[in-house]
Amino acid sequence: MNMSLKNTLKMSIKSILSNKMRTFLTMLGIIIGVFSVIVMVSMGQGATASVTQSIEGMGSNLLNITLTDRTIRFSNDNLNELSMLEGVQLMSPNINWVAPVKYGLNNEAGISVVGVNENYMAINGHTIKTGRLINPLDIENRNKVVLLGSGVSENLFGRFNPIDESISLSGIKYTVVGVLDEKESTLFGDNNNMVLIPYTTGMRQFRTNSVTSITVQGADAALIDKTQSNIESYLLNIYGTDSYRIFNQEQLLSTLNEITGVLTLLLGGIAGISLLVGGIGIMNIMLVTVSERTREIGVRKAIGARRSNILFQFLIESSVISGIGGIIGIMLGMLANRIISTAFEIPISASVQVVLIAFLFSLFVGVFFGMYPANKASKLKPVDALRYE
Amino acid sequence: MIRLDNVTKVYIMGEIELTVLKGISIDVREGDFYSIIGPSGSGKSTLMNILGCLDVPTSGEYYLDGKEISTYNENDLARIRNEKIGFIFQKFNLLPRLDAFENVELPLIYRGVKSKRRKEETEIALDSVGLYDRMHHKPNELSGGQQQRVAIARALVGNPSVLLADEPTGNLDTKSGNEVLDILESLNRKGRTIIVITHDFEVADRSKTEITLRDGIIVNRKVK
Repeated sequence: MNMSLKNTLKMSIKSILSNKMRTFLTMLGIIIGVFSVIVMVSMGQGATASVTQSIEGMGSNLLNITLTDRTIRFSNDNLNELSMLEGVQLMSPNINWVAPVKYGLNNEAGISVVGVNENYMAINGHTIKTGRLINPLDIENRNKVVLLGSGVSENLFGRFNPIDESISLSGIKYTVVGVLDEKESTLFGDNNNMVLIPYTTGMRQFRTNSVTSITVQGADAALIDKTQSNIESYLLNIYGTDSYRIFNQEQLLSTLNEITGVLTLLLGGIAGISLLVGGIGIMNIMLVTVSERTREIGVRKAIGARRSNILFQFLIESSVISGIGGIIGIMLGMLANRIISTAFEIPISASVQVVLIAFLFSLFVGVFFGMYPANKASKLKPVDALRYE
Repeated sequence: MIRLDNVTKVYIMGEIELTVLKGISIDVREGDFYSIIGPSGSGKSTLMNILGCLDVPTSGEYYLDGKEISTYNENDLARIRNEKIGFIFQKFNLLPRLDAFENVELPLIYRGVKSKRRKEETEIALDSVGLYDRMHHKPNELSGGQQQRVAIARALVGNPSVLLADEPTGNLDTKSGNEVLDILESLNRKGRTIIVITHDFEVADRSKTEITLRDGIIVNRKVK
């Protein structure tokens, strides 16, 4: 190249500045495009991060077993055998019902009732605020005792002590033996707006004849795959078919990340379309510019500009418009992220990669859509260009 | 220094072939003040475009500084226009967004001259046309005569072999026109080769060699 980039850049900026309104409007397309890419992708990534966090909160040595074949009864003996399997440290059934809960005149409809054994609290990291936990005797004797989630306790009793009070679950009286500490909710439900009862009691009351869901805590997180295959072969032995599913944290994470990843891509893609439209705006205005400046191109060629000089001049002009538009879009997008994350208390922020990709993409849009007009300009014959009025 | 040998130019417009130059042979020697005169439609603009390497002949040979240019590609021609030819147009053709200095500097930018030397040479060129103190004026802040002088400075700045002026006084009043011609004459006296294309006999009278073009052929040659 016989002409320095600095001079070409200077020339381009001069001509961009000579038509401020038009430049701004052209830039606006890119600004909006980059802005929406940044915000959309950040929101997608924010969602992914919070999902990941809530799954990781589960603990990496947990397995969730769901039994799908209701015709074969999964008995207490089976549960005992399961808990004896190699690698299994703790195990608790985990059966969900929904029931109205009543205390005096206070009535809470649609509360999640979870049937558990004495290990459930330890496995899920629940701690007790007052009272006692469910114990093995409660399980064996099918005692009508209940542990309240902090939310339920608050709603039914307010500031009063609920211990030894009697509440009714679907019309059956239960004695409150304890209240759980508040715990952050996960993807699998509200950890505060639920009550825990012995699974044996629950199965009888709600006429559930088989355990359908079990949570297992492995002895060693590193050996969780081995533990899982032990359980799998045991279950296969009982059922003869694969009418059960076992989830571990890793699988759940990868499945959910896949979903949120697709979602992010989709959002980004939609935003990307607006960036594309912005690019077409650049192309449009560059074509106008080229035809307006035909005579200038002729003069430049007459005094020695090569095709490449003209090509670069217009290409740099469109890239500068899209590049500056990209930077402004990024800054606005980051500002919007701040506002959204403070207003809705969700942690969203644009990662360095996203910012970089958005910027490079906006530059690419400028080069790509500037190529045709710039090429058209560079191919003008000097004689024709000089004759142009 | 510049020699055309039986140069023709044919434009094809649809089905019609239009022969604009019908075998032109001229020989411009170094230091000459050469004028090409003719009414409009005589082919003098086409001849000017060919001399300026803005266009190529259909047939015939064009020797510039002893080299035949018909084999040159686009980039070679751009380099020749940059280094060997200085254009002066009827309509000045200054770039409106650039000031006088930047307009004059442009050929040196395309040549890749370093910024410091560019500044020196641009100032010398502007000084030689008497516009040193107007170098930061935009074309629309200058009179027609001043604009044409900036254009002359731009043509001169690269120290070309030949100055090619196409109706340089066509858009000027008599006084400014004469000033421009005075500058061209004094440049010629210092040894610069100049070719002027005009339909104005007064302009042609100032030249050393005069040819008259009519309908694409030379009808008269006069060496004074």
